[in-house]
Amino acid sequence: MTAPDDLDEIITAYLGREGPLLPLLHAVQARFGCITPESQIRIAAALNLSQAEVYGVVSFYHDFMETKDSRPAIALCRAEACQARGVEAVAAAALAACADRVRLETVYCLGLCSVGPAARVGDTLYARLDAVNIRNLVSTL
Amino acid sequence: MSRVRIADDALALACGADAVAHTFETAGCSVERVSSWGMHWLEPLVEIEGMGYGPVAPADVNDILAGRSKLAIGKIEDHSFIQAQQRLTFARAGKTRPLSLIDYAATGGWQSLNRARSLNAPAVIDLVMQSGLRGRGGAGFPTGLKWRTVQEASGSRKYVVCNADEGDSGTFADRMLMEGDPFQLVEGMAIAAHAVGAGTAYIYIRSEYPHAIAKMQQAIIIAHKIIAPLHMEVRVGAGAYVCGEETSLLNSLEGQRGVVRAKPPLPALAGLFGCPTAVNNVLSLAAIPHILAEDGARSYAELGTERSRGTMPIQLAGNILHGGLFETSFGITLNTLIHEIGGGTASGRPVKAVQVGGPLGAYLHPEQFDIPFDYESYAKADALIGHGGIVVFDDRADMAAQARFAMEFCAAESCGKCTPCRIGAQRGRELIDHIRHRKLMAQAAGIEADIILLRDLCNTMKSSSLCALGGFTPYPVLSALEHWPEDFGG
Repeated sequence: MTAPDDLDEIITAYLGREGPLLPLLHAVQARFGCITPESQIRIAAALNLSQAEVYGVVSFYHDFMETKDSRPAIALCRAEACQARGVEAVAAAALAACADRVRLETVYCLGLCSVGPAARVGDTLYARLDAVNIRNLVSTL
Repeated sequence: MSRVRIADDALALACGADAVAHTFETAGCSVERVSSWGMHWLEPLVEIEGMGYGPVAPADVNDILAGRSKLAIGKIEDHSFIQAQQRLTFARAGKTRPLSLIDYAATGGWQSLNRARSLNAPAVIDLVMQSGLRGRGGAGFPTGLKWRTVQEASGSRKYVVCNADEGDSGTFADRMLMEGDPFQLVEGMAIAAHAVGAGTAYIYIRSEYPHAIAKMQQAIIIAHKIIAPLHMEVRVGAGAYVCGEETSLLNSLEGQRGVVRAKPPLPALAGLFGCPTAVNNVLSLAAIPHILAEDGARSYAELGTERSRGTMPIQLAGNILHGGLFETSFGITLNTLIHEIGGGTASGRPVKAVQVGGPLGAYLHPEQFDIPFDYESYAKADALIGHGGIVVFDDRADMAAQARFAMEFCAAESCGKCTPCRIGAQRGRELIDHIRHRKLMAQAAGIEADIILLRDLCNTMKSSSLCALGGFTPYPVLSALEHWPEDFGG
């Protein structure tokens, strides 16, 4: 699963910081694509926390995952401003286009509320989506 | 060749600004990446010698350079959308390169920090009090009073925390400020730290804002000598809406679940790691450099209405023709904002409802569009201005569906600490499902009883939730019920 050396390196890099857990979990999630129960045990030991405390934090936040999903992912905003701009039709098209090949996530607001419907792939953002261009976008992932 | 200016904030990039910039460069132009003017329907907006063109696609570049583009909007500075505003917090929008210290200093940057440092802490706080600035995150608590509490609190270790967890749908002013004018926020935070006696300042940015995170991190590195000995650091959220609530945010910063804390103790007395902490919204802190400028506090207090002083960056979003950032003093009406400035709906259909203040804000009916935009007037109408986001819906919106979404959102984002929010939101969603089902089946008889139950549930959530998530979710639900009973079959 996880390469032990890398995890140790990440833990060491964050140990001295004030309130290190969230930045550390972000780094682990970014590096491995998930935060496995095994990693949680080692993180807990290094930070002098209980495993329950670390699991509690991992399970609370939407950004952290316990298992890795290797499929490409697209996050579609479905909050009110995008609803007002017709995201539900776009979501239906996205769902059909993604099928099982691409993971379709829901995000509540990307801050592009005047040019929605909007989506995010990694750190790249897309605006003014409609049923046609979302299909094209998904096909490139 | 001509110098071309194109924004590089997240919205411009999402609309394809990079490809447009690249095409201009290929054509031999020198391209400067600046902040966004906030006229979002025109993005990517291109500025050449003050003249604007938008929205521009790569294919339009040749016509623009040949002087025959149909996308020309004239001088940007003279555009009615800009002319109608009073930009203080967003004075630099569209005009400067976000990470250029030269541009920032040339437009008055750091003068307020220098002035603040020449004054003692109570004098700085007096100026903030005098300005009448109230927290722009939504609660509207007087910023000066909060700072005074932190400053007077005992303890040698104090913090400034900037709440940049802008999760409300329909809001993007924090994002635009961080991506467009990050040094102004750095300066505002440095002044706050000086005023309250903090040695460390954190800025907590939601993970949905990768561009804002990158800009702020770079800005802090670039400005570190100017703000020294203050330690400033960006911390990234992890996708929990409730962390926009200040006590959840503090727990999150400490590395815990983002669960709400009971108040008291106030964060100003026992906040981050139990130390006195000033938690302020991005827009509150970004207003500080203007207030601390020579004569700034007095001129700020002269704007606005009775107890809502200064300007508010209002965000026009959703189904609106001319969406974007509109900073103006308090007191403007929705009629003016939506019809005169926003140009009505983008779909061209009639406006049915407007949600003001994010997912926890009330839906306003067109008959209420003459209410002046300020804290007190909105409170009187059972609404809130929140973070200043305005989301327009046309006549196709189903308000029962919107009410259901409010409950569904609350259920999904509840931190789980208090029962009215955790359980209430679930039951609320089920109840509205029930009502909508009865409406579909034309069972008018049972609807009445369900609606009484729903109102009762809303009152319980309003009066006994620990924080605004459970406490304000009833606003969109009750306002939808009040103004559009026909959508509920009532």
